[in-house]
Amino acid sequence: MKRLATAITVLSLTGLGTTAVAESHVDPAIAGAMKARQAHMQLYAHNIGVLGGMARERIAYDADAASAAASNIAALSQLDQSTYWPEGSDNSVEGSKALPAIWENLDDVMSMSEDLVMAAAAMEDAAGQGLGALKGAMGGLGGACGACHEDYRESDD
Amino acid sequence: MAGRLLKGVAALAVAGGAAGWWLTAPEPLPADHLAGLTGDAAAGERVFIAAGCGSCHTAPDAEAGQGLPILAGGQRFETDFGTFVAPNISTDPNHGIGGWSDMDLANAVQRGVSPGGAHYYPAFPYTAYARAGRQDIADLIAYMRTLPADATPSQPHDITFPFNVRRSLGGWKTLFRNEDWVVTGNLDSQVERGRYLVEALGHCGECHTPRNALGGLDRGNWLAGAVNPDGEGRIPDITPEGLGWSAPDISAYLESGFTPEFDTAGGTMVSVIKNTSRLSVQDRDAIAAYLVALP
Repeated sequence: MKRLATAITVLSLTGLGTTAVAESHVDPAIAGAMKARQAHMQLYAHNIGVLGGMARERIAYDADAASAAASNIAALSQLDQSTYWPEGSDNSVEGSKALPAIWENLDDVMSMSEDLVMAAAAMEDAAGQGLGALKGAMGGLGGACGACHEDYRESDD
Repeated sequence: MAGRLLKGVAALAVAGGAAGWWLTAPEPLPADHLAGLTGDAAAGERVFIAAGCGSCHTAPDAEAGQGLPILAGGQRFETDFGTFVAPNISTDPNHGIGGWSDMDLANAVQRGVSPGGAHYYPAFPYTAYARAGRQDIADLIAYMRTLPADATPSQPHDITFPFNVRRSLGGWKTLFRNEDWVVTGNLDSQVERGRYLVEALGHCGECHTPRNALGGLDRGNWLAGAVNPDGEGRIPDITPEGLGWSAPDISAYLESGFTPEFDTAGGTMVSVIKNTSRLSVQDRDAIAAYLVALP
């Protein structure tokens, strides 16, 4: 009996998990915006990877390379992204992990975006000033990324 | 419609079980559990951080890491069983735990039993904390008593039938409470420390291990990933096969929140990183050593 109840409940839970059915026809405008913002995130990750590799002492510290990566991040943080995030591009669309809460809390999202601009500027100042300064600015930068991912990106494995 | 019917059938099956468990009474700790121990508040702060108490019990709008944590409660956790609301556990004598004895606190944390003898819901991870050492519990209590009082009343949970029958939690405990370590065998001292941090204080399995239909952890799929218990998406598989990170990668992630690809932690893991970033490097390395040693 218990096994039956378990199986039934698991089935119903599984059903709940797949209500966000993959949409086979994604609006090309939505798909394009998602590609653009995911590419933008990838550019962040690549440049943070240069700084993080130095911070973790896996690659040798190089002031010029660090400054270049930090300048890229600072420039990226200031790009206007308003057309990257059209309504209807939340995680109900296959390939999107953007939670609907983004569009319900745009003021909060924008305030977090400004925090990222500040953290990126702090890193831009620090990155060429030695490994210690670079390491000291990593926490602020990571915190600014994580603050938005905490509330607005779907958990995923 | 089919989904609702299935859920109804499942609820009835659970209710039938609940009636059978009616006589299951709370089992408090032995009265001498803390005998002879003196709590050290400074050590207790480290236990508090490793156990992540502040992640759930601070107010929803509190900023972590700024001054002493104010454990006013109020964060809401929406689950398949209903909505749990973290209670006030500040030192306020009326609305918090200021009037509780040390044994009241130990019974709450390690047995999930209230001072009045009621069962707590296992959203409070007492089944993991049950594995904590007695000295750590004494230290934690000493630290909690140094924290500010806050007079915000605790809010009731909003739990659906039959899970709102608290007495049935006695049966839940009988079925699913298991104080044995999940990973056993000959462990070196670093992996053993990691096991303590992951399986006891850090209660990582609460989200990273799948649960059965009644909310019991599936120890056979330990840390193998699960549906997000509180929101959308999934919680990652962090077994060596599922994660594929080196021990230094894991340790660096727990410090900075950056993955090896320099993506960042998201969701509730962000507040976990706020805690793990404050652990000693030895403790982060121990967690990493344990995770890469998982069978």
